[in-house]
Amino acid sequence: MDFIGIKNLLTAKYGAEVVVSEQLAGLQPALVIEPNLIEKVCFELRDNELTYFDFLSCLTGVDYGTEENKFGVVYHLASIPFKSQLTLKVIKQHDRSSDKLPIFKSISSVWKTAEWHEREAYDLTGIFFEGNPDLRRILLPDDWEGYPLRKDYVAAEEYKGIKIS
Amino acid sequence: MLAAKTRYEQLTGHLEPEEMIINMGPQHPSTHGVLRLELITDGEIVKEVIPHMGYLHRCFEKHCESLSYQQIIPFVDRMDYLASMNNDHAFVMGVERMLGIDKDIPRRVEYIRVLVCELNRIGSHLIAIGTYGIDIGAFTPFLWCFRDREHIMNMLEWASGSRMLYNYIWVGGLFYDLPVGFEERCKEFIDYFKPKLKELNELLTDNQIFINRTAGVGVLPLDVAIDYGCSGPMLRGSGLKWDLRRVDEYSVYPELEFEIPIGKGEMGKAGDCWDRYKVRVDEVVQSVKIIEQCLERLQKELKRTPEFDPRAKLPKKIIPKEQDFYIRAENPKGELGYYFITDGKTEIPKRVKARAPSFNNLSVLPELARGVLIADLVAILGSIDIVLGEVDR
Repeated sequence: MDFIGIKNLLTAKYGAEVVVSEQLAGLQPALVIEPNLIEKVCFELRDNELTYFDFLSCLTGVDYGTEENKFGVVYHLASIPFKSQLTLKVIKQHDRSSDKLPIFKSISSVWKTAEWHEREAYDLTGIFFEGNPDLRRILLPDDWEGYPLRKDYVAAEEYKGIKIS
Repeated sequence: MLAAKTRYEQLTGHLEPEEMIINMGPQHPSTHGVLRLELITDGEIVKEVIPHMGYLHRCFEKHCESLSYQQIIPFVDRMDYLASMNNDHAFVMGVERMLGIDKDIPRRVEYIRVLVCELNRIGSHLIAIGTYGIDIGAFTPFLWCFRDREHIMNMLEWASGSRMLYNYIWVGGLFYDLPVGFEERCKEFIDYFKPKLKELNELLTDNQIFINRTAGVGVLPLDVAIDYGCSGPMLRGSGLKWDLRRVDEYSVYPELEFEIPIGKGEMGKAGDCWDRYKVRVDEVVQSVKIIEQCLERLQKELKRTPEFDPRAKLPKKIIPKEQDFYIRAENPKGELGYYFITDGKTEIPKRVKARAPSFNNLSVLPELARGVLIADLVAILGSIDIVLGEVDR
């Protein structure tokens, strides 16, 4: 099923508001999905026999910059039987204070591999995934402060009294 | 913020009287680098495995926010440091496609790229095979593999000037053409290597002790493998013919003949450790086949000419249009992906994310290792073939 077909399939099932916008510039088009529906959309795309996206290639947490104050998650889906690929995005406006993180729905119940990817996104970009059963830091130490891949991150001077920069 | 207890807290918060937590690593030799496994054991039986990584985290993605595309290539080398050429190739292909110059690359350059990538693939698999032998307790195959890999290292050093971290494949071309006589020496190596491979099979693959240790151990069913995002020999070992060199048909792979080996469960069950090991051995044979075809073409219709310049197509400025792009390629370990976000104004990408195959392959370990013996855990971990440089990035 092609890109337009997938879009029509989703809007027919969940109403027109499920697709917030389409990004058609560049080589790979992407669907921006309503954040609250992402888990359902993923289940549908995985289980529908016409799409059958059984493989989650990649999940990326993105900070879209200090001016826009937007956070997003990008999903790269792949279908093994159809040899097709699809990009989904969810984007939310959110302030950058580190005690109130932007919250997105976890899709670790759809693909198990999302669990570690979400941990990485939480660790580095500070995005909280609601429903992830094991959301801990994965690459950085447990007591690390701040989220390095945020655009306003200032590199730490020291860690536990040891100079590191 | 965290309302409910994480699974980690649930697992380690309360232990039964007979249970014990054992730390394996980060200095344990069979964890293949600096990986720490927290084991909840009952005697010799592993009840749960909790991997802890990040000891080799070097902020690859943060560095990319301040480097130009060409400057990122040496950083990419250091992710899967056993297969630097393959990392470079995937990255460079992604940038070239974003620039729209991927169709203009001279064919000789493409063939050289595939040649060095396949050489590097053999090198990476030889390490996987050799160190797997050591994990199981066979020391000789390790030395034999390293002896043969050394020839590959020497050749790639001759071409690029560096032993492991090559920075040889550039956006739009190559660092240099192959040195004069490379093709002949490569042919010599292949002739030398083929009988050695046979010896290696006799020594390890068909070794009854080795089979007893690996066959039927750590069986990974195909649906679980797909669910956990496993790729490469992990996925093929479970019996799926899925090779991105064939699926995406990138570079000149459509013109080359090779087969995709899969695990068939010859010794035990399909998807066991022995199958994953065997897929790697068979892939080495296929890589040899690809190298022979590349060499033939490089020596005949794509022969070197004095005026050939591998840097001729190098773009002066690498500024891709504003877009998102995800590129994936078949690394020795599995699907290596890069996700680019570019703004169309500067030479520096807004974001580069690397989807490392080892990272995803490792995530299935807790599932595989539930209820096995500690000695089998070593066999399972070895069969996953992780490189910590890539897991931690």
